[in-house]
Amino acid sequence: MAKPITLLLALFLMGGLYAVLSPAGQSAADGNVNSQIVQGKELFQVSCATCHGLGAEGTSAAPSLVGVGAAAVDFQVGTGRMPMAKPGAQAPRGKTEFTPAEISALAAYVASLGAGPGIPTSQQVSTNNLTAEEIARGGELFRTNCSACHNYEGDGGALPNGKYAPSLGQTTASHIYEAVRTGPYAMPVFSAGTLTDQDVREIIGYLQTLHSTPNNGGFSLGGIGPVSEGLWGWIVGIGGLVMVAMWLARKGARAR
Amino acid sequence: MARPADVTTAESSAVEAHEPTAPHRLSSAGAAAEWVDDRVGAARLGKGLIRKVFPDHWSFLLGEIALYSFIVLLLTGVFLTIWFKPSMAETQYDGSYQLLKGIPMSKAFASTLQLSFDVRGGLLLRQVHHWAAILFTAAAVVHMLRIFFTGAFRKPREINWLIGIGLLSLSLIEGFAGYSLPDDLLSGTGLRFVDGLIRSIPLVGTWIEFFVFAGQYPGTSIIPRLYMAHILLVPALLLGLVSAHLALVFYHKHTQYPGPGRTEQNVVGYPLFPVYMAKAGGFFFVVFGVLVLMGGLMQINPVWKFGPYTPNQVTAGSQPDWYMGWVEGAVRITPNWEWHLGHTTWSWNIFLPGVGLMGLLFTSLAAWPFVEAWITGDKREHHLLDRPRNAPTRTALGVAGMTCYAMFWIAGGNDIIATHFSLSLESITRFMRVAVFVAPVIAYHVTKRLCIWLQRRDQERVLHGSETGVLIRTPEGGYYEPHEPITVDQAFVLTQHDEMDVLDATEGANANGLPPRDGVVVSKRRAALSRWFLADNLAKPTREELEHAHDHGSSAALTSGSDHD
Repeated sequence: MAKPITLLLALFLMGGLYAVLSPAGQSAADGNVNSQIVQGKELFQVSCATCHGLGAEGTSAAPSLVGVGAAAVDFQVGTGRMPMAKPGAQAPRGKTEFTPAEISALAAYVASLGAGPGIPTSQQVSTNNLTAEEIARGGELFRTNCSACHNYEGDGGALPNGKYAPSLGQTTASHIYEAVRTGPYAMPVFSAGTLTDQDVREIIGYLQTLHSTPNNGGFSLGGIGPVSEGLWGWIVGIGGLVMVAMWLARKGARAR
Repeated sequence: MARPADVTTAESSAVEAHEPTAPHRLSSAGAAAEWVDDRVGAARLGKGLIRKVFPDHWSFLLGEIALYSFIVLLLTGVFLTIWFKPSMAETQYDGSYQLLKGIPMSKAFASTLQLSFDVRGGLLLRQVHHWAAILFTAAAVVHMLRIFFTGAFRKPREINWLIGIGLLSLSLIEGFAGYSLPDDLLSGTGLRFVDGLIRSIPLVGTWIEFFVFAGQYPGTSIIPRLYMAHILLVPALLLGLVSAHLALVFYHKHTQYPGPGRTEQNVVGYPLFPVYMAKAGGFFFVVFGVLVLMGGLMQINPVWKFGPYTPNQVTAGSQPDWYMGWVEGAVRITPNWEWHLGHTTWSWNIFLPGVGLMGLLFTSLAAWPFVEAWITGDKREHHLLDRPRNAPTRTALGVAGMTCYAMFWIAGGNDIIATHFSLSLESITRFMRVAVFVAPVIAYHVTKRLCIWLQRRDQERVLHGSETGVLIRTPEGGYYEPHEPITVDQAFVLTQHDEMDVLDATEGANANGLPPRDGVVVSKRRAALSRWFLADNLAKPTREELEHAHDHGSSAALTSGSDHD
């Protein structure tokens, strides 16, 4: 008669212990993440697997995504570069095909395949409390590390083999952060050992201030340096003055 | 193009002649003039000058654009020197441009920023100065092209052509020195480019580099040195050469386009005073105004965005100003040819396109008047300009040269072309490597054919008149377009040009067994060049052809003008 009671007590004890010790919140989150990963995997298999492989292991057409991290997905899909419309040297920025929730799901799935850089929190890319000196330092960092490809105004530039550094005029702060950490296409990876989070924040702060400052000195003529200056100098200067010269030469003393 | 303007003759003067009225009492201006005249003889000096006659044509104003830009450069330059500090000593920026706050930089760059942001009107004048430099060099080149294509460099103006070439090369140096002074990232990159050019000179390059930079690049001396060259040495030379250039224009008298009443002995046009005083004076203010508008509305060289120069930084889109762009392009597309002999490096990849091409351009420009005179054997003076179509080989060569220059120029902007037209850098480079050789050849043949086609069209107009564009249907049902005879004046313009004979070789057995004419020996090579230069010209219509055509035209054109051609 004692056996069933012992069993009942033991079960009761275990149940009580479980109820006390198990972290209820985490289990809910786990479920959420798991369902996100499942949703991401489904999306992945529909939209990405053709090139990246069913398990994101990579094919001859596209690289493996194991270990690229959530940041890479958020950058590539969030800027509309992926899914790639056609093969080429580099996917151009495009219209985003997915909702933010779907991008998060895809990112969660790819992040679950292997550890990699994560999506930055809003704290990590916030430029609110940067001082003027820190923003100026961001300019120095930008000119040292970025302007060689992205141009002094972040207007972009050409790279070998049909690749290019895109313009940064429309790029959001977190996408800049993600590109720095994941090194898309020809871009090198800048790890936290090379550029700290603070450095990246300063660079983002510099770019945001540069692009929101009124343009001193008139129209920027495309912001691509002396090529467009020369072009406009010839068109407006020589072109305009030759027209004036033609008009002047027609105005003779006899032409009354 | 070389369409001659109408002629002014004495009968159609602008101002009616008046009987001189009784002399006024001396006004105060007159008194001042007399005061000067009594002391320096201003009236005698001025009398010859102010009534000097100049011909009227828009293309004669191109050099004036350059002259006026030069004056604007001097005026704005004086203002800039008041604020600019030519020092490479390091300082921390503490001016009003927040995005560079606290950044270490040279005093030269800091004073450029101060000039741009903290001096009233400083940025405007800096931009006007830079635009004026762009316009000065551009106008000088366009002016040179006008001289070339109209043959204005021929005797007696060869020396002035050489002075012009000197002015052009000095302006490039002047422009480069100015580009380097602000010590921003872009100007430093340009300085590095020139450093590379200097180093590429075989054997002595490194020594010259150390001489120019007073030691290792970049050192601390180059800005003060360039400053001296930019504000004193080169402007002084430019000013002297500009004066000589203008003095020779006065001395030779201005060339004119051909037209009735215009000969090699006269100049048909208006006097300097009052007509050109007003026109040229007005044009100066137009040029000044356009430059101020450009400086006020169009941003140029935003040094604050480039930041201070440090040799470990660079920016995409680093290009020189337009006049050095073709050298940049040549360096960009030249294959990586390099020798290593012993401990020496021979950088042909930099030396040939950089130093070599610049030398080639200026040497061939300087030599051309003498080469052409030698080819044609023409030793006469020329004050009437060629219409470019009447010198088709020269015109075609000029266009070929411009095309070659343009190809190098395009290659200099290869990165901009790659990003804006979605092309790959490598394919642009491969294309340009071929294009710099092929495109000029195509341009040469197309231009020469066009010139000869224009000659043929001129001949048509002389012989058969202009097309009226009116189709007439005859009672028989035939159609024809009557041609309107051109005026004698028009016919004169179309037929006034010289017909130069092709030189025959005098080497070996002379056909007639006679000594060469004027004792001039003509080699076979020179004869071949002369044939290349002159032989394709259309012969002018003969008197018989003209008379025949006119008989034909007056009777036949109205009845059945459709049969000719």
